[in-house]
Amino acid sequence: MSQATRKPVLAVGPFHPLQEEMEFFQLTVDGEIVTDIDVRISYNHRGIEKLSETLQFDQVPFLVSRICGICSASHPLAYVQAVEEIAGVTPPERALYVRTIINELERIHSHLLWVGLAGHFIGYDTVFMWAWKYREPVLDLLEEITGNRNNYGNVKVGGCREDIPDELKPKIVKELDVIEKKTEMLTKAVLDDPIIHARLKGVGVLTKEDGVKFAVTGPTARGSGIDIDVRHDDPYAAYADLDWSVISQPEGDVFAKAVVRLLETIEAARIARQAVQKLPKGPVAVEVKEIPPGEGCGHAEAPRGETFHYVRSDGGNRPVRHKVRAPSYVNVPSFKASCIGEHIADVTITLAAVDPCYSCTERIAVVDSHNKILHDYDELLRLSRAKTAQLKKEIGAPEMKLEDF
Amino acid sequence: MNWKLWSLKKSIWVFHVNAGACNNCDIEIVNLLTPRFDVERFGIKLVGSPRHADALLVTGAGTRQASVRLREVYRQTAKPCVVFCMGACACGTGIFEGGYHIAGPVDKIIKEVDPNAIIAYVPGCPPKPEAMISGVVKALSAL
Amino acid sequence: MKQEELDNRLSEIEGELLSVERTEDNRIFLPCESEKAYAVCKFLFEELQLRFVISTGVDAEHCFEVLHHFTNDESGCIVTVKAMIRDREAPELESIAPLIPGAEWIEREMHDILGINFKNHPNLRRLILSDDWPEGVYPLRKDVKV
Repeated sequence: MSQATRKPVLAVGPFHPLQEEMEFFQLTVDGEIVTDIDVRISYNHRGIEKLSETLQFDQVPFLVSRICGICSASHPLAYVQAVEEIAGVTPPERALYVRTIINELERIHSHLLWVGLAGHFIGYDTVFMWAWKYREPVLDLLEEITGNRNNYGNVKVGGCREDIPDELKPKIVKELDVIEKKTEMLTKAVLDDPIIHARLKGVGVLTKEDGVKFAVTGPTARGSGIDIDVRHDDPYAAYADLDWSVISQPEGDVFAKAVVRLLETIEAARIARQAVQKLPKGPVAVEVKEIPPGEGCGHAEAPRGETFHYVRSDGGNRPVRHKVRAPSYVNVPSFKASCIGEHIADVTITLAAVDPCYSCTERIAVVDSHNKILHDYDELLRLSRAKTAQLKKEIGAPEMKLEDF
Repeated sequence: MNWKLWSLKKSIWVFHVNAGACNNCDIEIVNLLTPRFDVERFGIKLVGSPRHADALLVTGAGTRQASVRLREVYRQTAKPCVVFCMGACACGTGIFEGGYHIAGPVDKIIKEVDPNAIIAYVPGCPPKPEAMISGVVKALSAL
Repeated sequence: MKQEELDNRLSEIEGELLSVERTEDNRIFLPCESEKAYAVCKFLFEELQLRFVISTGVDAEHCFEVLHHFTNDESGCIVTVKAMIRDREAPELESIAPLIPGAEWIEREMHDILGINFKNHPNLRRLILSDDWPEGVYPLRKDVKV
């Protein structure tokens, strides 16, 4: 899109909760300080674990891919790894590399999505538009490789369903180069921006101690100095063969978590590029005829943190039990530790720092003791953006412009 | 065709409802606002309240808990309105068919409130933003 | 801690366990009677400082099982405590939530979908089933069909 046709930014997040309606997140306050949080998660409960028991082992990846749209590569991967453990199967090397490439591409577009939303919550709408613009080529790449922008349907027990054609490799590397460069520029702009510092530093702190008690994972943990990453700790796919680093920051505030995600995006581009360049020849799957009785644990590092699947087989062709744990399940409750004591203007960005699913973030309200809404999502968003505007006035630095990138 | 429906076609204000979706469709809806797809040029605008909406964009298979809210949102939406079932789950529960916590699909939930509701279906998992735009435009042309 | 040290230290609680099962080098299962589960989890979390991952409730037809999964991130080893709950009429287990706040939600979930009572849980209210879901129907039990 040319510079001359820049459109005005539109406000996102139109959910206007109904009065006296139970929201996902209900915050109680003393004045303008949060004192407690209650969460209802039954809105999204679809009974996936029970449905799994009715499907055959190779049908389950299609189901679990749809647990969460932005972790749709990690869930099937963790699941098939659990089943491969039961069956004692090792996929061929090329399959491990293909799995790595797709999972890192997903990490990139998920983190960019997060950056955009975080920007929107604090009133940096240029960042929102920029981040979501740079997500698109990644989604295009994933569509070219797997046939879909999301829900790739690419893993199965024993390997991958589809290969990455060698002719596509130069294009993937070229896109990764662009993303790496652009994300480096954005990261530098964020690290240099005094308003973002003032807005996000010291906000929504999750201490390392609380992080351990709430068993958090992913950038939520690594932003609090908890140095865990499944790709490093219990390597899977091709991660043990590639040269990369775990990224963590000690401060535990929203700023630290933002830095972790930005640096991880750059690192993900580097990992994916290496994997493409080193992609070994050979088949992408081995045939697996049956799953013997047994139990297996599979985990993968999704963009939000550790995705964990436990599978039990009795030798039949369906799982007898399939436990799914998404990373948000442990990260979201930690919001209680990071949000209590915060001002309501900081609530949306503190919640966003945990990176729950997008729709959950919008179902947030401050309520009184009778569940009557005092401040709905629109109001909380307005307060957050107003705080940034106030800081801009006080500090006086100019806002980042799209042309800067 | 009455003038109310005709004025509906000039520019359409939409309200998004997540009825238990995995977020894929929801994110593709947000993508509609970004420069690449930019639905404002069609006069399509996302609003913050169902009372101002001409159309509902509903995603998700319709879980039991969400169905209560969905019915209430429909009641509060100004009529006439069009309900767009975005995605396989909203069109027909998709891969969650038979789940114990599913009250949907969306058309079944809406018809409990209004058997004559105008409902349009945009299948896909998720439907691409182009498909969503195409679906909305097609439905409006048919009205 | 290194895997070797972990293996050695696990022998300290062998007396509380029914057995120690190793399906892989870094996958260990520790079945125990339900009354011992809390002490074993406390040992893993406080003494060995393993990270809590999640719990899995299972209707194993002749009994209920609650699997508490922990990991030793340094060696990538997943250690699962398998609490065997023999009483099918009134299944219950000591809650580990007072010890590990991260376990609060999953125990509420297992209470919803399997009907297991977690003693001394700080907040055992409905979590994932809808407000109008009938009492006494536990969807993940084997006798409830999809």
